[in-house]
Amino acid sequence: MVTVQTEDFDVAALYQALRADAPQIGAIVTFTGLVREFNDDAAVESLYLEHYPGMTEQVLEGLIATAAKRWPIINATIVHRIGELRPAEQIVFVGVNSAHRDAAFAAAEFLMDILKTKAPFWKREQGPQGDKWLDAKASDDERATRWH
Amino acid sequence: MPTIKILYFAKLRDQLGCAEEAFELASDSCSVSELKKTLAERDSAWQQIFTESQVLVAVNKAMANTETLIQAGDEVGFFPPVTGG
Repeated sequence: MVTVQTEDFDVAALYQALRADAPQIGAIVTFTGLVREFNDDAAVESLYLEHYPGMTEQVLEGLIATAAKRWPIINATIVHRIGELRPAEQIVFVGVNSAHRDAAFAAAEFLMDILKTKAPFWKREQGPQGDKWLDAKASDDERATRWH
Repeated sequence: MPTIKILYFAKLRDQLGCAEEAFELASDSCSVSELKKTLAERDSAWQQIFTESQVLVAVNKAMANTETLIQAGDEVGFFPPVTGG
């Protein structure tokens, strides 16, 4: 399941939905990303997240389909927020369930790593120095290449 | 004339001062690289972005490359490297 929304999300409810899926589930891995107060040593007052409506959902659905071919996962959930976000707010949720933990851990990490380099989201940071669009990080590209 | 829709996102949209436009193709189809070349001829800001900076492209909401063909009715999105998550 893929959701792109401005509202906050409830991790407990998303976890319960993954748990309710089927009796063969032996493992659930969840990841939540939050807005940091400092990014590369610069203070962040707020973050604005833009995306490409329609394309984002297709890319994220495609990532889940790829993960499901690569690992024996049962289901996966991705929730990504857009719009104005403040430090400590939740931005992104990835949850995966499977019979055993190895597939769930690997698929969750894969989804997060590839989301960061392929899903059409862009962050604009607002701080004491004004606003600026963030540049993509080489370290994120390197992490993503591990899964090729 | 065959018309396409072009969308610009994030920093690219701010730099170009354009979010969306209807664009007439000179022929029935063209490649992404031909379209970029035409857009780069508009003025120095467009030239700088379409020749020097890293611009990603999607055709009909799927990632494309410079050789992807564009036809009437297509939606082309140009954007900078992504920074979500």
